[in-house]
Amino acid sequence: MAEKVELNEIEVWDGNYAVSQALRQAQVDVVAAYPITPSTPIVENYGSYVANGLVDGEFVMVESEHAAMSACVGAAAAGGRVATATSSQGFMLMIEVLYQASGMRVPLVLTVVNRAVASPLNVRGDHGDMYAGRDSGWVQLDAFNAQEAYDLTLCAFKIGEDMRVRLPVMVHQDGFLTSHTAQNVRPLQDDAAYNFIGDYKPHDEMLDFSKAVTYGAQTEEDWHFEHKAKQHKALFDSKEVIDEVFAEFKKLTGREYKRVESYMMEDAEVAIVALGSTVETLRVAAEELRKEGIKAGVVAPRVFRPFPYDEIRDALANVKAVCMMDRSAPMGAMGALFNEVSAALYTNPNRPVVSNYIYGLGGRDFSVEEAKRIFKEQKAHADAGHLTTPIQQFSGVRGPKLGFFETKRS
Amino acid sequence: MSKGVLATEKRGIRELGAEEFVGWDEVTQGTVLYSFETEVKDVAHIRPEERPYSDFNSYTATVASWRVIKPIYNRDVCIDCQHCWVWCPDTSIISRDKQMLGIDYDHCKGCGVCAEVCPTNPKSLIMFAESEEIEDALAKWPEKKKKAK
Repeated sequence: MAEKVELNEIEVWDGNYAVSQALRQAQVDVVAAYPITPSTPIVENYGSYVANGLVDGEFVMVESEHAAMSACVGAAAAGGRVATATSSQGFMLMIEVLYQASGMRVPLVLTVVNRAVASPLNVRGDHGDMYAGRDSGWVQLDAFNAQEAYDLTLCAFKIGEDMRVRLPVMVHQDGFLTSHTAQNVRPLQDDAAYNFIGDYKPHDEMLDFSKAVTYGAQTEEDWHFEHKAKQHKALFDSKEVIDEVFAEFKKLTGREYKRVESYMMEDAEVAIVALGSTVETLRVAAEELRKEGIKAGVVAPRVFRPFPYDEIRDALANVKAVCMMDRSAPMGAMGALFNEVSAALYTNPNRPVVSNYIYGLGGRDFSVEEAKRIFKEQKAHADAGHLTTPIQQFSGVRGPKLGFFETKRS
Repeated sequence: MSKGVLATEKRGIRELGAEEFVGWDEVTQGTVLYSFETEVKDVAHIRPEERPYSDFNSYTATVASWRVIKPIYNRDVCIDCQHCWVWCPDTSIISRDKQMLGIDYDHCKGCGVCAEVCPTNPKSLIMFAESEEIEDALAKWPEKKKKAK
């Protein structure tokens, strides 16, 4: 039996350490990993917990991230609680197997420390890797700070392992900004954390020899479509279980999570939608602007997949102008957040003016001052009743102003 | 073509891909395939023809139509060495208690490996055209080759 650790009511943890503690408390059976900056400490710490008898599990060293995720899928299909961590290039190498995991409906947890994708090579945070996973069939939860990274990792096991879901779950946090910034974190004690998740319940596990089962079947045009349709429905339907798990977590800790987080949206005239640690920057900016008389609000999808269309639409029902901020280079298109949110808003009779900012690539700093400037630009759109800039702009890039795609008026 | 030795009610009863089509709401979660219709303990100790294979196990499918040439087995020359049983990539050599019984023609794809590895003289397994009758093939089986002096 693994030894228990007594934790302080308030620990000073960075995002990586917080996640590794959550993996320990979940008593993950198998972690197969190929460590990569900035997520390295997550699996490194798990390895030391195994070595020191703090978790009854196996740490499997492999030769690449493709092998890491493959071993995780195998272990999950065999019937174990499984997790790993990655970032950036490692995430890209895992992608083929991410689709295998979700298609096989194995509930494993991937903690992603978001980092820019080369080329050019960059170890700092942006959302290029997270966005590359958005069609992979995983539940994607997004943490904005270390506390949330810890909390959401515990929730991730409970969501994915629910018999109504049985899907793999990613927990995202921003590279360095969250993963390497020590903050106050209020953890659960070991028993409380483990009991919240519960014992792993195997389903169609390969190690049950009395019920022989084959994973990884081939399906062509006669079967493939039905299986993908069923999987798509499972992912969309997972939102009910996510809500239940968040509600149960609130009962236990007092900390409340929603599939869409809204700040000061009750009377907001202008809003910004964003993901990751930027959300906290935007909240500070919005609070300061309120003192200047600008009714600013912030909306943040806590769950990126399944995308919360209804809740986004409701959160932005009454704003006059809203800007979606994408921390990933969309390369020849609008940002993904812009596309998803605009699609949700198009089904509302009251359609606000929408625009898109690309910002913070490769870890470029995003300041409160810049956030306030963008809020004020939204106010100008709202006052004019139409967009006063190109639909897509860049924030914080050197050189002449960049703008793409204009609203067609008249 | 006869179904060969140890054929059962379920072996090779449909072409591969001729499963009953169902909608998205009836396919298995995760595209898993269950080998058997019921739970079955110690299946390795149960002979194939007695196992409750499901409709999604390859046991119930036939791929005989893929074959252009087929192996024919001659009991009179066979020494039960088991080479063919070991080498067959489709477990289509049927052997019991180390005694060779014949070919599972529902699953044999006609690759010829068994005939290639057969060490007897003449060979106990020879590839013939799919249309060849077994009796005709046995009637024209080659003689033992003499060693060149």
